[in-house]
Amino acid sequence: MADIPAYGELSARDYAEMGLMGGLEVHRQLATERKLFCRCPARRLTDEYHAEVLRHMRPTLSELGEYDGTALMEFKTRKDIVYRINRDNVCTYELDDAPPFELNQQALEYALEICLMFGCSIVGEVHIARKQYLDGSIPTGFQRTAIVGLDGAIPFPGQPGRVVRVQQISLEEDSCREVSDRGHVRTYIADRLSTPLIEVVTKPDLRTPEEWAVAATEIRKLCRASGRAATGAGTARQDVNVSVRGGTRVEIKGVPSIRLIPRLVHYEAVRQRALLEIRDRLRAAGLDEVPERSVDLTAAAESLQFRPVREALRFGGVVRGVVLPPPLARELDTLVGPGRPFARELADRVRVIACLDEEPNILWHPSAEAALPSAAWQRLRRAGGLAEGEGLVLVWGPERDVRTAVTEIADRCRMALDGVPPETRQVMDDGTTGFERVLPGPDRMYPDTDLPPSPLTIDRVEAARARVPAPSWEQEAALVEAGLPAAAARAIVLDGLYEHARRGLAVPGLPPQRVGEVLVDRFRLLRRRGWMGEPLEPEVVEQVFFRLAEGALSREVLPIVLRQLSGCRRADDPDTPEGIFAQQAVPPTAEVDAAVRVVLDGPPPRSADPEARLRYWMGRVMFELGYRAPGRAVRARILAALEGR
Amino acid sequence: MNRTEARPPLDARPDRFKGYRGAARDLLDRMGVGVWSEVRIHTTRGDFEGLVLPRAESADDRHVVLKLATGYNIGVAVETVTAIEETGYRQAHYKIPEQAFPETPGLPRVTLFGTGGTIASRLDYRTGAVIPAFSPGELYGSVPELAEVCNLRTEKLFGVFSENMGPEQWIALAEAVGEEIRKGVDGIVIGHGTDTMHHTAAILSFMVQDSPVPIVMVGSQRSSDRPSSDAALNLIHACKTAGESDIAEVMVCMFGPTSDQYGLLHRGTRVRKMHSSYRSTFRTVSDIPLAMVDRHAITPLRPDYRRRGEREVKVDTAFDDRVTILYYYPNMKPDVIDALVAAGYKGIVIAGTGLGHVNKQVYPALERAAAAGVHVYMTVQTLWGFVQMNVYESGRDIQERGVIPAANMLPEVAYVKLGWALGHSHDREEVKRLMLTPVAGEITEREPFDGYLILQGGLPEVEEFTRKYRI
Repeated sequence: MADIPAYGELSARDYAEMGLMGGLEVHRQLATERKLFCRCPARRLTDEYHAEVLRHMRPTLSELGEYDGTALMEFKTRKDIVYRINRDNVCTYELDDAPPFELNQQALEYALEICLMFGCSIVGEVHIARKQYLDGSIPTGFQRTAIVGLDGAIPFPGQPGRVVRVQQISLEEDSCREVSDRGHVRTYIADRLSTPLIEVVTKPDLRTPEEWAVAATEIRKLCRASGRAATGAGTARQDVNVSVRGGTRVEIKGVPSIRLIPRLVHYEAVRQRALLEIRDRLRAAGLDEVPERSVDLTAAAESLQFRPVREALRFGGVVRGVVLPPPLARELDTLVGPGRPFARELADRVRVIACLDEEPNILWHPSAEAALPSAAWQRLRRAGGLAEGEGLVLVWGPERDVRTAVTEIADRCRMALDGVPPETRQVMDDGTTGFERVLPGPDRMYPDTDLPPSPLTIDRVEAARARVPAPSWEQEAALVEAGLPAAAARAIVLDGLYEHARRGLAVPGLPPQRVGEVLVDRFRLLRRRGWMGEPLEPEVVEQVFFRLAEGALSREVLPIVLRQLSGCRRADDPDTPEGIFAQQAVPPTAEVDAAVRVVLDGPPPRSADPEARLRYWMGRVMFELGYRAPGRAVRARILAALEGR
Repeated sequence: MNRTEARPPLDARPDRFKGYRGAARDLLDRMGVGVWSEVRIHTTRGDFEGLVLPRAESADDRHVVLKLATGYNIGVAVETVTAIEETGYRQAHYKIPEQAFPETPGLPRVTLFGTGGTIASRLDYRTGAVIPAFSPGELYGSVPELAEVCNLRTEKLFGVFSENMGPEQWIALAEAVGEEIRKGVDGIVIGHGTDTMHHTAAILSFMVQDSPVPIVMVGSQRSSDRPSSDAALNLIHACKTAGESDIAEVMVCMFGPTSDQYGLLHRGTRVRKMHSSYRSTFRTVSDIPLAMVDRHAITPLRPDYRRRGEREVKVDTAFDDRVTILYYYPNMKPDVIDALVAAGYKGIVIAGTGLGHVNKQVYPALERAAAAGVHVYMTVQTLWGFVQMNVYESGRDIQERGVIPAANMLPEVAYVKLGWALGHSHDREEVKRLMLTPVAGEITEREPFDGYLILQGGLPEVEEFTRKYRI
């Protein structure tokens, strides 16, 4: 069996040979004050709750009269969905006990502006659709979503003439946060529900794993540049679409960080390739159908010394074996991911759809893994009447769930004859992905009958166009033009600090690299230390730049000043910017000299090296003065004092 | 998915302009396309590709609705369109999957009457609204669990929204129910819009008496075109109640809590819709409900209900619709009552304040109404509790002017009962006798302490309750 190449082992040419392609769906919350269809405050998250509501979801027909495959799958899982609700951030609308209020116009304006920045064609009339989600993540069973713009494009960096094409941008409501999903109970907390977000969907123009990260970063920059996107943990998520030649579009859902994407794309590509190879071997072996065949092994399993099975039997469960034809039996151990044999694909479906989620949830034979002694397998095979070469997949648990599992295992094996089943996958803890749901199609869309369409008149679109800031690539170019290094310019735009930088660059006497140092190095240091409370407004940072240029603040004291300004306060911190600037101002020379005297009179440095001794004294004096004095000045005063001794 | 079909000639497309008018219709006509055309529309804002959908008739004439390949709909502004090319034709065939409702020996026979509510429904393209789908086959297609509960027959009586139900429909419904019961069915379910379900439940309680089988009214607060709909569960509960329960009364069967946990069976004369949108909107007022129902069991909450049994149903559909409800407010002027009398109303149910009061200003008008032979009854707008017009002098004054206290009848119940009573007689004493003799629990002798329990949110003990038991 072929090994699974690790991430980093394949070249662009290898990916091209595989026919790797795909795109992205970037979800980004908008910085609105309220939610999309009610007046609840947006982004006020808390795990505290005042009540629980229990619901179930049923599939319904689409507008064109079809049932959606995902919907039917979710119905099979028979989940109890529990919502935790807090009266401060959830009202009867989110609970689906009241119809929507009018569409949040601030959110629509923000979405319109972002669409214009992406160069989209703006629709004449915004129609709200219901997109079915039967996983329970939205209590209505559908997400209200509306297309605002279509067919945009942004430049692909470093490749003049190439663009990332944007298929559509929609305005939609965010879903609940999942708390847990065990057995037949899935619990959500509803605070995030209905937060306005935009979804930017690209065309499948990406070709190497790294290109996904580049495109995601560019989209993120443009959203930040708009000034309309919310920032902070949990405000952005990416869905990653991947396929290889002969494979199928598979969607990896909700990737929280861009850094993770290339590895996920790589492993999805090689998974699809492995599945296609399995398909080819099955076809070559003449397998053209997989009948659902299973045997009751409850009695035969009673003597098994395998804890999960014993537990299941103790609680009145059953054991069944799914019998697989020899060509499939031979593929059970074939790797489709690092350490993931094909049989894991079966286990995934059993976990998600039959809700048998205690791992391991299946055992298979033949297998390289020896979970059961070979004699036990022989007994089971005899009891099930298996022929030589046939495969046996053992599944155990409550009878209804086992019945669902048997059907799902047979279904998934059948899909192996077609290669790659269309599905959404979730990111697992080990950096690989696992089956999440059947990939939903257009059949899950349904027009919302609760709200009339909203026209976007020419006047309204033009007014928005006049308002939008320069796009990220123009912002970057302008910063470079003004003397910032390219890396700093990129980082500033990515962090949404263009306006801060523009103001800093306009301060007389302040070198551009100082602006970059503050906005990139200092800001990142602050965030790393958790010292960044509220995002700093451009006006406030501009005051810092002026004082830096005048010499009223030292470079060294900046982290403290910025921490204080961002509201990350400590006990005796002043509460106005003026107070902070006064407290942290560069001290007069006499105060520096006094500190120098104290330090030089104190314990001497251990080193004999003059430079090291000087560094030691400098550190002590800087600390003594709370970093308010510039390092260069302190050094000069120490040298002067030493000269006098 | 529906596949692209052969393109019929334009004049052979009956729905070509469905819902379009004015500028939008002209545009489709001029461009040689129509509804169900697959098109590429060129506009000053870019190109759009999709399927032309019918337009809601209430919408403006300045946009064309397109369904994109992704399933999303958008509107294209007519004024921005420069050209439209037709690339194909694909008509939507919206149909709830219909399967013959299986007949299972041994299961009770239940008849479901449809009045126009949204138990099962589909989308109406013209209005964008939801219209009911109803045959047993359609119901089986969308709520297959029903087949485990009963053998179902359905009959659509009318297709009106709840707010358009009135005496004509009430009478037809009562007669249909009576006829069905005489045929020997095991239970009746009536699908009804929720807005006036309690009015219909009340009048049916008077028009259909001594039923040997359960008569269960049911509806939904979330239409069945949504995955979170309460329709399927309500319908399962109602069919189970109609087929199996021992309670042979007119009942309303709707969600108990907003959670998908259990339904409540409310007596038809004591129930009221109490929230404009909650699932758990129906509450029994001044009493406790008859029973709880879930998929597994019907659990009575009290013993004093009418049992299932062998007896002749009595259908009595007399009704005089010259009755009204007058909701009292401070500073009400006598001319309001005079106007009602002048307009020919023969019965007025006042929803008074507190224990049943109106202001002095209207006293002369009440006297004139009584003199004109108009029957005036007092109920309370507090909804909970009895009228008690002897406590205060004003109450006694009002009674002296011919106003009759209607005990703890809900205003809407008193309204339909007065119409029913006046259908029988206009004699003051006979009407009074009919009004004040309870027929189906519309007046109770006692009010239990827990007939009035509205948990007040925000209290720590209530929060403990809502966290533990769900809402």
